[in-house]
Amino acid sequence: MTSAIAPAPSGATPEGGSGRAATVEFVHVTKHFDSGARWSGTPGALNDLSLKVPAGRICVIVGPSGCGKTTSLKMVNRLIEPTSGQVLLDGVDIESRDVIDLRRSIGYVIQQTGLFPHQTVIENVAAVPRLLGWPAAKRSARSEELLALVGLDPAAYGTRYPAQLSGGERQRVGVARALAADPPIMLMDEPFGAVDPLVRERLQQEFLRLQRDLAKTILFVTHDVDEAIRLGDQVAVLERGGRLAQVGTPEEVLANPASDFVARFVGADRGLKRLSLVRVGQLRLREPATARVGEPATSVRDKVTGAFPYVLVVDDDGRPIGCADPDQLTGDGSVTASGLVPASPVLTPDTTLRDALSMLLTAQALAGVVVDAAGRATGVLTIDEIGDWFRMEAGRLRAGPSGTGMPAVG
Amino acid sequence: MMEGLIDIASWLLHPAHWSGPDGIPARAWEHLALSSVALLLALLVAVPLGLLIGHTRRGDLLAINLANLARAVPSYAVMVMALPLTLSLDPRNGLTIYPIAIAMVLLAIVPILVNAYTGVRDVDRELVEAARAMGCTESQVLRQVELPLAIPVIVGGIRTAAVQVVATAALGAILGYGGLGRHLIDGIARREYDRLWAGVILIAGLAILTEVLFADVQRRLTSPGLRIARTGAAAEASEPR
Ligand SMILES: Nc1ncnc2c1ncn2[C@@H]1O[C@H](COP(=O)(O)OP(=O)(O)O)[C@@H](O)[C@H]1O
Ligand SMILES: [Mg+2]
Repeated sequence: MTSAIAPAPSGATPEGGSGRAATVEFVHVTKHFDSGARWSGTPGALNDLSLKVPAGRICVIVGPSGCGKTTSLKMVNRLIEPTSGQVLLDGVDIESRDVIDLRRSIGYVIQQTGLFPHQTVIENVAAVPRLLGWPAAKRSARSEELLALVGLDPAAYGTRYPAQLSGGERQRVGVARALAADPPIMLMDEPFGAVDPLVRERLQQEFLRLQRDLAKTILFVTHDVDEAIRLGDQVAVLERGGRLAQVGTPEEVLANPASDFVARFVGADRGLKRLSLVRVGQLRLREPATARVGEPATSVRDKVTGAFPYVLVVDDDGRPIGCADPDQLTGDGSVTASGLVPASPVLTPDTTLRDALSMLLTAQALAGVVVDAAGRATGVLTIDEIGDWFRMEAGRLRAGPSGTGMPAVG
Repeated sequence: MMEGLIDIASWLLHPAHWSGPDGIPARAWEHLALSSVALLLALLVAVPLGLLIGHTRRGDLLAINLANLARAVPSYAVMVMALPLTLSLDPRNGLTIYPIAIAMVLLAIVPILVNAYTGVRDVDRELVEAARAMGCTESQVLRQVELPLAIPVIVGGIRTAAVQVVATAALGAILGYGGLGRHLIDGIARREYDRLWAGVILIAGLAILTEVLFADVQRRLTSPGLRIARTGAAAEASEPR
């Protein structure tokens, strides 16, 4: 199965570095740990893995524990050598590169235990620049820049030791350390696995924000499907024995699991998971009939259409006050602010469809009002529209990975 | 009892005992010289060897078995066994300084080697791998990660060795080397028990000083980050030094 992931747009100008990124390609990579072949037929840690990660993109390798995720990562920086097959960076076999140089050009993030406990935060972050022989002034300037980038105040955190940090803070330092020498490639092995769910979600969001600017090629390992679909441009599902079960965009994997294993692994709620990939702002929203307080009721009544059979009453700045049933806008009076149904739920363009659906169900409403950053109503989202999106996506995916031109199937 | 203590104190304070080649300063100096040289030689052998074995994990069984063997043989026996060899090599000093020096070096090597080896071996493998993954050469892994993380254990071994050597170096007097052991030998021979006990107190005092000194060295060489990790960040935060 091929996937439709284009390289990140070149010319992105990251604040953290030069923006160079490399493609990473596994070519028929197999790994048997007991290569002495005393027991023929022992399952490999990796079995004929072929996978191409475009430059500047995040590939999440996901699968159950023991399926070979860590092994595949460690092949890229040659902590583990393949039994057969090759790993190519920008088309060049890493076997031909000096292993020390190679490793210094690849960022590596593991769980928080990877920080050096005897070094301060600043020293930890400056580890690779120190190996590369940068002068001290440049090292500390870079460390401070990176700490700020990952949201830690250098003045407050720089001289602390890892034991004086929370789990989430350690994880940020780990990311800063991996970025220090501006490597084109980052390997991240369950980096957010050891922090609580709330912190994890913050770190994931910030990680995506960082990546928007940095555009590194990132191989990210997790056993958490939700994390995989949230972070991946590409998701590679491994199954036990180190076989690649499927690779594709999160949408492709959720919509068309390649096997029973993948379907079971991504979960019965994969429909809902797909909804979490889409944000309200990506849909063409319906414009509701709106009215300001004081407008004549008759003219307003005529604007109401079938899909959202209410009038959205807004204030002078366009912010929603509530909804009015057109039948109650009787006679020739004017629209008043009293007797309105509260306009809930209120959604923003950033709300995922999954959250939107959940909010609609919780509020027992068929539609929610979408507001922009200033709180002005920009449209309404109905439950029907969420269903429409599903039908349209089904058609798009059936048309092929590039998803061009097929009309929605109703 | 009380009189005995007063006798010992007056022996220790007697001005005549603080001068000349048999005085306390001269004997203490001999004692320290022997101990320092033995410790230094042991360090030169045991630290690099222990680091190497710990880092490569090769030869560890052999090293540990040899160390245990060395531990099983008393220093006095080592001295006696060394005599024929040292006498044949150097008839003049072969009877005095060499046998005791060899015994002291062997005595010191054991804890230093064992601690250097286990200290490095027990460094968290994830950290070592993290260092390698970021492009440390093997010697950088050892110097920048394994050594600083193992320092408390390594210096702990040196501390044990130093105290043992200072306490055991008194044996040197048996073969005619000086040192504070002289006061013990002479005290017994001449039945001067105040001299004997003064010698015991001086040696014990020196051993305690050594212990205190190396404990301080150990503390100074250990990264504050490791101390905090061990005592708990909360405790450190509540009582800053
Ligand atoms: N150094 C090793 N020696 C022998 N077997 C190993 C080694 N590393 C990993 N394995 C085995 O290879 C398989 C894959 O391991 P790993 O890549 O760590 O899985 P994951 O990261 O997906 O949990 C497991 O069965 C594991 O036991
Ligand atoms: Mg793993």
